Amino acid sequence: MADSYSFMQEQYTKILKTYLEEKNEIGLYQAQQFSKKVLENQISPEEVVSLHIEALEHFFPDLPQGARDSFDFLIEIMMGYGMAYREHQILRDKQKELESEINVAASMQQTFLPDEIPEMDTLDVGVISVPASKMSGDYYHFVKDDNDCIGVAIADIIGKGVPAALCMSMIKYAMDSLPEQRLQPGALLENLNRVVEQNVASNMFITMMYGSYDSRVHHFYYSGAGHEPGFYYNKAEDSFEELYAKGLVLGLNRDTQFREYHKKVEPGDFIVLLSDGVTECRTDDGFIEREEITRLIRQYSDLSAQEIVDNVFYQLEKLQGFRLRDDFSLIILRRKV
Amino acid sequence: MSVQSNVEVHSEWGIVSARQAGRNLAKELGFGGVDQARFTTAISELARNIYLYAEQGEIIIETVENSRITGVQRGLKITARDRGPGIKSIREVMEDGYTTSGGLGAGLPGVKRLMDEFDIDSVTGEGTEITAIKWLR
Repeated sequence: MADSYSFMQEQYTKILKTYLEEKNEIGLYQAQQFSKKVLENQISPEEVVSLHIEALEHFFPDLPQGARDSFDFLIEIMMGYGMAYREHQILRDKQKELESEINVAASMQQTFLPDEIPEMDTLDVGVISVPASKMSGDYYHFVKDDNDCIGVAIADIIGKGVPAALCMSMIKYAMDSLPEQRLQPGALLENLNRVVEQNVASNMFITMMYGSYDSRVHHFYYSGAGHEPGFYYNKAEDSFEELYAKGLVLGLNRDTQFREYHKKVEPGDFIVLLSDGVTECRTDDGFIEREEITRLIRQYSDLSAQEIVDNVFYQLEKLQGFRLRDDFSLIILRRKV
Repeated sequence: MSVQSNVEVHSEWGIVSARQAGRNLAKELGFGGVDQARFTTAISELARNIYLYAEQGEIIIETVENSRITGVQRGLKITARDRGPGIKSIREVMEDGYTTSGGLGAGLPGVKRLMDEFDIDSVTGEGTEITAIKWLR
């Protein structure tokens, strides 16, 4: 550090001399460039004052004593900045460390989500799930059994970031440890609700929608726990309706019962499941309307399910200036002909 | 032989006296302007801590020597001693960004960075002793 100081000293004296002689903008530009170098070399503010007084004494050996002394005063004033500067550097390193830790956690979290979407002759499935920051509070899950029945879950942990992500990992393990045989949506939510109620702090809540699609007969059974309603698209009538399921959020009350709903799915019909990050897209004019989402889905409905969700996400992301305020998850299940 | 200076701190006058004693010694020993300011700031911060949190204590400033292959290295050592309430969690107060008085960049980690060596001992209910050394470059 002593070396870089004496090197900087030499440089500073040189450019200051040029400036004092020519007093032009080039000299000031050099000073501006030098200030970057000063930061690069981690020279603190009080040292810059010291650079200045040393150069000054060099040019003006007869500097009045009062002027000289005033720099001791200035150095003292700069001490606070110097201390803040050094603290800032350390906090910046700390932040980098935290960030890399969060990156590791975020990639770990990715492994909680299914690596592939189930492929079936009867169903066209599209999924997109994007966290607002690095860690996500949204969760989705697919299970396929031997009878070509597919279970789909979408969950939203109230809250964002690391706490929500920790809570999400618990939901994943809870779902993995459910009994082998396929549960009906209502029973499954009742089961999960007990796990959440027992294991999660009382100020954390999870909303979930769980559905089971029997592709032998094309029936869709579903239940919800306070989750954002989805949509059901009726191809024959070319209309959307709300896919609403009444039920308390998970973790609130141990003995909650969940009602089960049912839909007969016709060819071309599709089920849209989403997290509130989709409906709570905020633009400068406020929240978007739910109709905006169905309008977008309809606009892309000739594409595959995956292309629909990708396009809807892109459009809504764009609408918000490419800044997500909440975790965003959108799933579409469409009955093939 | 070591030169030593003891200053009682129970008012802001004490803080100024401690600064003065430190600056005189630093000048005598040949510290440059910036290092004088850093050493004095460290004294200031430690004395202020005594004044604010322990009400009474002392600052001792003395010259120290360290034999090295390259010769004898000289430096100044600050000892800040008080019989105040002590520090419950030293680890917390030594953490950057931890502030009780909302100060920017100051606090004990700031003092540690101004000096070359730093040591702290504290017993709850008995008091705190901090020593810090700055070597002459």
